[in-house]
Amino acid sequence: MKLELVCPAGTLPALRAAVDHGADAVYIGFRGATNARNFPGLNFSEKEAAAGIAYAHERGTRVFVALNVYPSPATWDAATAVIDTAARLGVDALILADPGLMHYATNRHPALRLHLSVQGSATNWRAIEFYRREFGVRRAVLPRVLSVTQVARLIERTEVEIEVFGFGSLCVMVEGRCALSSFATGHSPNTQGVCSPAHAVRWEETPAGRQSRLNGILIDRYSPGEAAGYPTLCKGRFRVNDSVFHALEEPTSLNALDVLPALMAAGVKAIKVEGRQRSPAYVAQVTGLLRRALDLCAAAYPGRTEGHGDDRAGSPASWTPPADLLSALDALAEGRTHTLGAYHRPWQ
Amino acid sequence: MKLAVGPVLYLWDRTIALDFYAALCDAPVDIVYLGEVVCSKRRVLQREDWPGVAQALRDAGKEVVFSTLALIEAESELATMARIADSAGGHVEANDMAAVQYSAGRPFVAGPHLNIYNAATLAMMAAHGARRWVAPVEMPLATIATLGAARPPGLEIEVFAYGRLPLAFSARCFTARAQNRPKDECGFICGDYPDGITLYSREDQPFLTLNGIQTQSAAVQNLLPHIGALRSAGVDILRLSPQSQDFPAVIRAFRTALDSGDAATSFPEPSLPGGYCDGYLRGEAGIDHAG
Repeated sequence: MKLELVCPAGTLPALRAAVDHGADAVYIGFRGATNARNFPGLNFSEKEAAAGIAYAHERGTRVFVALNVYPSPATWDAATAVIDTAARLGVDALILADPGLMHYATNRHPALRLHLSVQGSATNWRAIEFYRREFGVRRAVLPRVLSVTQVARLIERTEVEIEVFGFGSLCVMVEGRCALSSFATGHSPNTQGVCSPAHAVRWEETPAGRQSRLNGILIDRYSPGEAAGYPTLCKGRFRVNDSVFHALEEPTSLNALDVLPALMAAGVKAIKVEGRQRSPAYVAQVTGLLRRALDLCAAAYPGRTEGHGDDRAGSPASWTPPADLLSALDALAEGRTHTLGAYHRPWQ
Repeated sequence: MKLAVGPVLYLWDRTIALDFYAALCDAPVDIVYLGEVVCSKRRVLQREDWPGVAQALRDAGKEVVFSTLALIEAESELATMARIADSAGGHVEANDMAAVQYSAGRPFVAGPHLNIYNAATLAMMAAHGARRWVAPVEMPLATIATLGAARPPGLEIEVFAYGRLPLAFSARCFTARAQNRPKDECGFICGDYPDGITLYSREDQPFLTLNGIQTQSAAVQNLLPHIGALRSAGVDILRLSPQSQDFPAVIRAFRTALDSGDAATSFPEPSLPGGYCDGYLRGEAGIDHAG
């Protein structure tokens, strides 16, 4: 049993890139508002998904389908149609957040393997236990709010496989528990699969500098020469009391390489890469770099990949991810810098 | 329709909180939610204070419900949730699936922080014991009406009708961050802000509110002008979320509007920066305001 690398694919070329560069599994979504990366020009038709699954399976890579919105009565049929399609295509797992959809999937397609999406907001073993007992969920993806110690303690209390984020853009809010985007724009991750959607973004050049707005609300203003990022609303600069700063979160990427041995020792089953909205070139590079990191770490600590139980000593102090690997990942990262996020809590 | 007072979402001074609940005994509300939803470190009241507060409210004819934490990470937080569920005798509000899992088979209130967006999920929660559902704050009234029309028998529907909207939770304490304090040395700085800290855009637009690990709207959602539409949609209960200013007048205005059917009741001018909002009701941006 080894630590799996689960990589994003927003398009067929990105799927091929992930497969070719060492992903153990790729995750995809279908077009429409049924997944949390509902962006124009992204995602798969049924025909593309079939081609992608065939390509991946021929090379020993598994394909997961993410259907991680919470459908309303108006979008329910579209969501259940995706489940039926995914089952028909023979996907290796369906990543769901909504209990109603899990109920549907368990009833109609009992053989289909279910994963609990990060959008399911399960941050403790008891919540995961709910999904295991009700629907036989086999794996849960943890929100990016737990420390390594909390991840380890959670794994001790559950028989469900645990997947955690290893690299990519960072949500500072608990996934599935954030309505900031719908408050500002009317569109949210939970309902439409989008956060700070592009249609609500407006860029302005002003004497004070370049400005980004989301549905008219000023999210950030950049000095001349300052790098401007996408106006995800939690990563803007705002005024609180008398200070203007990144009041919620800096634009930065999650990079868990520093704690990889500790995650392996904790019994984490899979490392997930964020970014279905990214280009095939990005997916190829990130997949290749993380493949190298996982293989190096597994070689350095062979006893730590044997699963639960034997060695819980925590992160060996000796582990340092190769500098060239970190700098290559930083060059690809949002804000060109990285953080361990909640895995290590500098704010605590 | 009934009126409910939601859990106090801020860290209020103990004396102020005790006075607040004492006053609620005489206020024209039907349901009072007690307990801590936001931060497991906070102690608005001491553990031994709560039973007395609850009993006084029950003696005054109120239904008392104990709310539980929305973001549960630690074993100690699971244990607190379990203790509350056990002692609340079915009058507990679940705000995390851990609480549903623990309370399943006993009656509970499905709180606003559970993601219940469709009939299948709602039916499942009812089968596990949910007797009341507080709709997610971002859900349009039309969707609430659709779900209400086909609701499981006996299930009550509650809507967040007044207050700064609870929008997001994080592992990070934004109040501590704004004061450059580490979370575990926060010094309970949030206690200085009885309605949270308003976050402004760089054009001084009141946008959000920092309340510990919770992010709220700066605007107060006020559905008073929409009571007729709420009633038509099958809503049974309106939740008024406690704010430090004008709350008795807010309760009176909602009560008068419910009793007289007159939404034109005099209503306090917004005292918090951000004014009023009601966009979620129409499926628009929550910050929008039609009035």
